[in-house]
Amino acid sequence: MGYKTIVGLEIHVELLTKTKIFCNCVNEFGGDANTHCCPVCLGLPGAIPKLNKGALEFGIKAGLAFNCQISEWVKMDRKHYFYPDLSKGYQVSQDDNPLCRNGYVEIEVEEGLKRIGIQRIHMEEDTGKSIHTEGGDTLVDYNRAGVPLIEIVTAPDINSSEEARMFLENLRNILRYIEVSDCKMEEGSLRCDVNINVVDTETGKKTNITELKNLNSFKAVASAIEYEERRHISLLEKGENTAKETRRWNEVENKTVVMRDKGSADNYRYAVDVDVLPVVIEKEWIDEIRDSLPELPHQKKERFIKEYALPEYDAGVLTQSKELAQFYEETNKYAKDPKQVSNWVMGDVLRRLNDEEMEIEDLKFQPKDLADLLEFINAGKISNNIGKKVLREMFETGEKPEAIIKKKGLIQISDEGELEGIIEKVLDENQQSVIDYKNGKDRALGFIIGQVMKATKGKANPQLVNKMVRERIEKR
Amino acid sequence: MISKEEILQLAGMCKLKLSDEEIEIFGAMFSNVLEQVKGLDMVNTEGIKPLYFLNSANKSLREDVAGDSLDREEVLKNAPEEEYGYFKLKKVMD
Ligand SMILES: [Zn+2]
Repeated sequence: MGYKTIVGLEIHVELLTKTKIFCNCVNEFGGDANTHCCPVCLGLPGAIPKLNKGALEFGIKAGLAFNCQISEWVKMDRKHYFYPDLSKGYQVSQDDNPLCRNGYVEIEVEEGLKRIGIQRIHMEEDTGKSIHTEGGDTLVDYNRAGVPLIEIVTAPDINSSEEARMFLENLRNILRYIEVSDCKMEEGSLRCDVNINVVDTETGKKTNITELKNLNSFKAVASAIEYEERRHISLLEKGENTAKETRRWNEVENKTVVMRDKGSADNYRYAVDVDVLPVVIEKEWIDEIRDSLPELPHQKKERFIKEYALPEYDAGVLTQSKELAQFYEETNKYAKDPKQVSNWVMGDVLRRLNDEEMEIEDLKFQPKDLADLLEFINAGKISNNIGKKVLREMFETGEKPEAIIKKKGLIQISDEGELEGIIEKVLDENQQSVIDYKNGKDRALGFIIGQVMKATKGKANPQLVNKMVRERIEKR
Repeated sequence: MISKEEILQLAGMCKLKLSDEEIEIFGAMFSNVLEQVKGLDMVNTEGIKPLYFLNSANKSLREDVAGDSLDREEVLKNAPEEEYGYFKLKKVMD
């Protein structure tokens, strides 16, 4: 008995253009309610929309980055439905002639690279935003109405929550690399709906597709898929089927709940929007955009492996964001050992950033400062552990490593004469440990070395202490 | 002839409530229009590509440059009610 999960995703991404898709109101998150509105985005009678060249360019850029074919021409269609945050009574979208088709994104699964197909990417406008008050009213802000979106629709090629998460991460990284969107789920600039069903691989029996909404993080996407997997399978096992319905993810209770059933299929009455004139996309323009594409995450990763001789894992982590990759490369310009830089960036730097929910751009110190710090360590002037302390200080104050080391007197003690006295004193105070070590208890050595490090506030050169302590004990 | 169900479905999508009498009236009107449009079916369109626009001049793109929006008072002029600069409506839930 086996079951296979089948998942397809629909992802809406807000584009980072300066203006809205059909008017020159600014496209900006936030702002006082209803201050970025004009007759076009409010849908006032007689207003004439004009397609934003920048939005179209971003759409094409995304299509190319996802290996799609770009349509030779563009028309827009009206998708009719009623909702207060939809100013015109229809959303301008694309129906039968999407801007991009037949692309893919690769993810790494155990068996190697797996292609997740992208069926289409189309352009559309965002809607306004409704707030439902406790008093029973709905307040509407149309600042977001007309913000350019692309909707990315995948093929049902995803077979687990883990694959969905990897796909979304890759998709987001690529969109950020090409700078068409900031992809902030918490601000709604990336939104993801899930279509899921399960097939019994023995009998071929399939459950009906459930649509999942209200997924506010990649984690929510993964949890909702896992929840639905279990729900679909348990129904199949009972010989039952799922209802064709839309369900909402409830983060608090960790489960999905029915939103509406799809029994009466939506009828959007798509019709060509003849107000928006059609546009022929010249091949030269597409070539120009293709040439302008930056190095994409997987290309950068390959280069890091070759150029810096990094393990695949390191290269993958460091190229997750363009900014992180840039920080790494910049540090490397001043440092000698790419693997050491990688260890520090992936280790202490990233860990601290994650703990504080900061981005690499928020760092108070420069790549060169990290390289300088590593140089102090490599030259034996400070120990690795002291280096970590200095880095913590750099995080907080942004001070140069040299200044911190001087100010705090952290220069490593590598002078045998200076250490000798300290070691003798420690040995005198811990005679039992000396005896223990001589009797073959290796652990006692560690204890003694620890005491010496403590006495020097961690500043003693550890290798030297190790060597000297052994010698001194031998002599006793 | 358009059926009563179809009229009701259309009305539902338009959020309209129709009386029995109105259903009759609209039914007759819709049937009439559809009958006339059916005349187009007589034209042989085989092998002819759909034409969406008569004007296909390719100068219809707008540069991505910000301009002025309306003042908020202007925006809210037609609002049934307003609160904190928002359009205020009766509660709508999906
Ligand atoms: Zn506008």
